[in-house]
Parts: sequence; C-alpha cells; structure tokens
Amino acid sequence: MKKTYKIDVDCANCANKMELAAQRTEGVKNATVNFMTLKMQVEFQEGQDPKAVMEQVRKNCKKVENDCEIFL
Amino acid sequence: MNRKQKKMLARILVTAALLVILHFVPAEGWLRFGLYLIPYLLIGYDILRKAGKGIRNRQVFDENFLMAVATVGAMALGIWRGGDYTEAIGVMLFYQVGEWFQSYAVNKSRRDIGQLMDIRPDYANLETEDGGLEQVDPDEVEVGTVIVVQPGERVPIDGVVLDGESTLNTSALTGESLPRAVGPGDEIISGCINLNGRLRVRTTQVFEESTVSKILDLVENASSRKSRSENFISRFARVYTPAVCAAALVLAVLPPLVRLVGLGMAPMWGEWIYRALTFLVVSCPCALVISIPLSFFAGIGGASQAGILVKGSNYLEALAQTRCVVFDKTGTLTQGVFQVTGVYHNTLPEEDLLAYAALAESASSHPISKSLQSAYGKPLDSRRVAEIREESGQGVTALVDGHRVAAGNHRLMETLGIPWESGEQVGTIVHVAVDGQYAGQIVISDVVKPTARQAVEALKRAGVEETVMLTGDLQPVAEQVAGELGIGQVYSQLLPGDKVAQVEDLLARRAGRGKVAFVGDGINDAPVLARADIGIAMGAMGSDAAIEAADVVLMDDDPRKLAKAIRISRKCLGIVRQNIVFAIGIKVLCLLLVAVGLAGMWLAVFADVGVMILAVLNAIRVMFVKNL
Repeated sequence: MKKTYKIDVDCANCANKMELAAQRTEGVKNATVNFMTLKMQVEFQEGQDPKAVMEQVRKNCKKVENDCEIFL
Repeated sequence: MNRKQKKMLARILVTAALLVILHFVPAEGWLRFGLYLIPYLLIGYDILRKAGKGIRNRQVFDENFLMAVATVGAMALGIWRGGDYTEAIGVMLFYQVGEWFQSYAVNKSRRDIGQLMDIRPDYANLETEDGGLEQVDPDEVEVGTVIVVQPGERVPIDGVVLDGESTLNTSALTGESLPRAVGPGDEIISGCINLNGRLRVRTTQVFEESTVSKILDLVENASSRKSRSENFISRFARVYTPAVCAAALVLAVLPPLVRLVGLGMAPMWGEWIYRALTFLVVSCPCALVISIPLSFFAGIGGASQAGILVKGSNYLEALAQTRCVVFDKTGTLTQGVFQVTGVYHNTLPEEDLLAYAALAESASSHPISKSLQSAYGKPLDSRRVAEIREESGQGVTALVDGHRVAAGNHRLMETLGIPWESGEQVGTIVHVAVDGQYAGQIVISDVVKPTARQAVEALKRAGVEETVMLTGDLQPVAEQVAGELGIGQVYSQLLPGDKVAQVEDLLARRAGRGKVAFVGDGINDAPVLARADIGIAMGAMGSDAAIEAADVVLMDDDPRKLAKAIRISRKCLGIVRQNIVFAIGIKVLCLLLVAVGLAGMWLAVFADVGVMILAVLNAIRVMFVKNL
C-alpha cells in the first residue's frame, strides 16, 4: 500500500536525510521524499498499520532533522 | 515572502547594522567579547539550538552542528587572537543569507512552476430549476450531470457538448495556441478555456477521472521518480560531509604534531585549528544538493507548459540520452484518417467521378466510402441511386442517375471485363467505370501529417542518430512515407506482436549506445511503449490508455513536439551537469586553498553561498523552454 503525506522541511539535504530515515523505519518498504513538492510517499510492507508506522517514521525523521514536520 | 522569511531577513539586517556600529566602538577585552556576542547570538541562536538537539540525537554531521562548531571555535580563537570576532559572526551571517536566499528561491519557483500548470478548475456551474446557475465543487458533480460552461471559464470536467457553439483554448494542455471549434456532439476535455460561446455539457467522467485531474496528478508526482543524477548527489552528500569532517580533524592535529615532533618547529596550533574550522564551513552539502531536484522540477514544469508531460525525472534524463527514435506510422507520422488524395486517368470531370463513386458506395459504412463521401462534400441524395449490389471483396455496382456505375478494386474491373489503368500512386485505389467504360481511378490514402517531415529533420538536428518506422501497412506504402519523410529504416507488414520483437531487436543492437524511444499514438501499442527505454504517446489528449502506458505524453499530435521534448531534456541535463561540476569543483578548490592557508573562513562562506545562489539561478533557467 502506498500513501502520500505532506511534509515541511527547509533544505534539500534535510529532505534526503528524512528519506533515508523513513526508508530505514520498520514496516516501510520504500519511501521517497520530494523536496520540490514537499511530499513524502511511503510504501508500507504488507500487514502493517500505516498509522503506527507513520508515527515511528515521524519520530525517526525528527531525530535526523529536528526542524521538519510530517502532516499525518 | 512568508513570515519565517521576513523574520530571518530582519535578523540579517539588524546583525549587519550591529556589526558596522560595533566596528566604531572602542571596547576592549571581555567587554568587547560581550558586545560582539549580541549579534552572534542574534543571527545564530536557532542554529546553536538545533545543534544542541542534533547532539542529543547523535547527529554529528548535521550542518547546524558543523556551523555551530565552526563559529564557536572561531569566536574562541577570537578571544585568544586579540578580539577579532567579525569573522565568526560574518560566517554565520552569510550562512543565514544563503539559507534565506535558498528558501526564497525555492518557494518562488514552487509558485512559478505551480502557475505554469495552473489548470485546476475551481468550480462547476449547475443549472438550477429557475434557469439560474449554481456554483459547486467539481468533486461533487456526478457522471451524466449537465453543467454549463460560460465564456471565459475553464471546462471543469470531461464531457460531451449538448448545445452551444464555441471555440476552446487548449493551450494550457497542449501548448498550442490555435483554438479549437466545438459544437453539439463534440467531446470536450477539462482544462480547456471556453472562449466565446455558452456551452451546455453532459459530463462523462467524475472530476477525479477527468483529464485535468490526471494531468495534475501526473505532473505533481513526476519529480518523485528520481533521476540518476539526484541519487548520485544525495549519495555524494552522505559521504562528502563525513569525509570533510575527518579531513578537518586530521588537519587540526597532524600538521602541528609533525611540526613539533618531526621538524622541531613551533606547532602553530591556532592556525591549524582555524583551518580545520574553515573546513567545517565548507563541509555543508546543501548548496550541492538543492540545485539538482530544482532543475528537474523546473524542467518537468517547463515541458508541461509546452504540452509535454514527462512522468518522472528519470524519464527526462533518459530522454536526453535518446539516440534512436522508433515511430509507429499510423497516427504518429500520418493522420490515421483515410482521405482521397487524388483522381487519375479520369475521362469525366473529377467532381462527377467522385459523385458517381460516392453515390454508388453510399450504402456502405466502410472507411473507404466514408472518405469518398467526405471528398464529394455534398449531402448524398439516395433517390439518385438504385440497384446497389455489393461484390464481396471487390466493390459495388449500382444504378446512379440511370447510369450503370461500378466502383471497386481491379478485380471488380476484371470480373466486369473492363480494361483498367494501373496506378503509379500508393494507396488504396478505387477504379470507377460508368456504363461499361473505364472512367478513372480515385486514390485514397492515409495522409502524412504536414509537420512530420520537419519533425524528423528536427530530431536529427537534436542528435538522434537513427530513425526507424514500424507499420502494419504494405511495403510500398511504408516505403513511400519513409522516403518522403527521410526516415532511415522501415519495417512493414508487422503484426502488433512483431513490433515488440522489432523494438527488442533494436534495443539489443543498440545496447550501450544511448536510449531507444518508441513513439506511438497510445492505441493498442501499449506493450511496445512499455518495452522501449522510453515510451512516448502522442495525441493523447483525453486518451487514458496512452497516459497510463507511456513515460512521456505529448498532449497534441504534432510530431515536432518530439524534438522539442528532447531539446528540453538536453537543456535540463546540461544544466544539472554544469551545477554538479561547478558546485563540487568550487568546494574542492576551496578546500585546497584553505588547507594551504591561502584562504580563510570569509572566502569559504562566500564560495559556499555564492555557489548556491548561482546554481539555483542556473536551475531556474531550465523553466524557460519557449524558444527551444
């Protein structure tokens, strides 16, 4: 399952860091962050609850880039 | 400017003013340090705070952390070196100027490119019972609802015109400024602007499935499919920062130790630590990273304004490497509509011959009789025709105005024992005999698009080495079209499956020598579109299948757009390359100069911010594609 979320982040490299952090989160199959459109597209592994996974993704993103937001 | 940016700008200006004032204040010692601490904290407090959080999250290579270490270090060195704090504050100031500019430029180009594709309709008009109009959200309109489109309004949902005549401006979709006339029964697609007449339209789609929604969705998500250059630069950034930081550490420790122990000289700790701190300033990768996605975003936006939808940055990249273009003939190079292209060997006036043929064929719904009728151009009076007999696979005979007319292929002439002229023209030939006498032949063929020849030439100029045409048509027809257009290779009489095989063959033959693009009209060539390196569908306005199957979609059916698409992609990739080389080059040069002591922190931060500003401006240049 794929879902797209709006995000807010200030710099392109920070967006790349968020992408990496999201990809490394458990339950995420793949993630892409589009800095120009400020969107994060997340593909979840099967049987995962997107809500719970996204909470974790957000936590992990905040760790690598404090000044970011994912609008769940 | 948003609030964040305004606040930042104010901080930048106040800090700059404070620096100038402090320059004339004759304070010494700790008082001086205290005074200079004010502008430092004013410009850098957010960075210091983020750095603190970074440490807690163990993000050592966070650029805020690096900037904090560099400037705090420079402040400390300032105390030691007799009160020169301007450098530390200046570095922070310029770093913030760079960040501010980046955020401003990115926001602006987001808006500009958004405007290029501003085709989203805001409302749909429903008729109310008293004859008035009610504006509703297009999302709420169900299929089959009658909506009204007033002059000057955007068509909100795909549909069929019930009544009203008007012209539509399709330029937002196709990049073509020629308006299109529509009347009752015509299909119209959302996103066009109604120019002059009021139209009542029955919707055939829900808003979500309408052309305009699909296009917006496609363009907005396109830059999420990342190109190789983007992946390269983000991998590079991941390695670059730690590498430069490691180098900084080595620079701070090794040379002084070597001087002290190996050469017996003064270690000059301060100088080497200063150089190491300068390394940290250069280690921020943002300047490098920002320009690449921005270039692709601008390229995709610019292309969509020209009626070329590119489904991903990766396809834009592949398009720039296209060296071989394979065309499907029908609907791509030709109009895919059969027309009377000439009348030959006629013993009667052309018009009479066409009238006889059209009347004799009037009962048939075959495409050939349709094209005869449209060439005749007048309504057919069925009372003039009698005794129509269809000879299967040969043609028809009929009594027209009392004359016995036979119209069909040469086999019909042979059956009737009428001597016929062989044609030099390529196409479908309809022989006509009147009262047992040969009266002439009408040639019907698929018409080559008027711009097809220019399109092939433009492709060759754009660097395409090989052009190939695939068609299910007979060889002579194919050869003639290819010769006329200057296409290098032709494969004719292909079944749909053969086309895939041909493209696979080409892919194997051209492996390692650029990409192979296939251009089709999107109707029943989806497997070939998918198999080629890049599938390009043209004339796709309103065709869902084509938009699904292709990687690049040309909204109108002008083949010249192909070369334009390639030129846009080349420009985009050229600028991407310039930016990568320029940004990395300047960074490396900077590091070298700093390492040998020829440059200080000032130059480092100027180079960093300067490179970024130039790279961003260069990236925005991609958006301007009009004159390509």
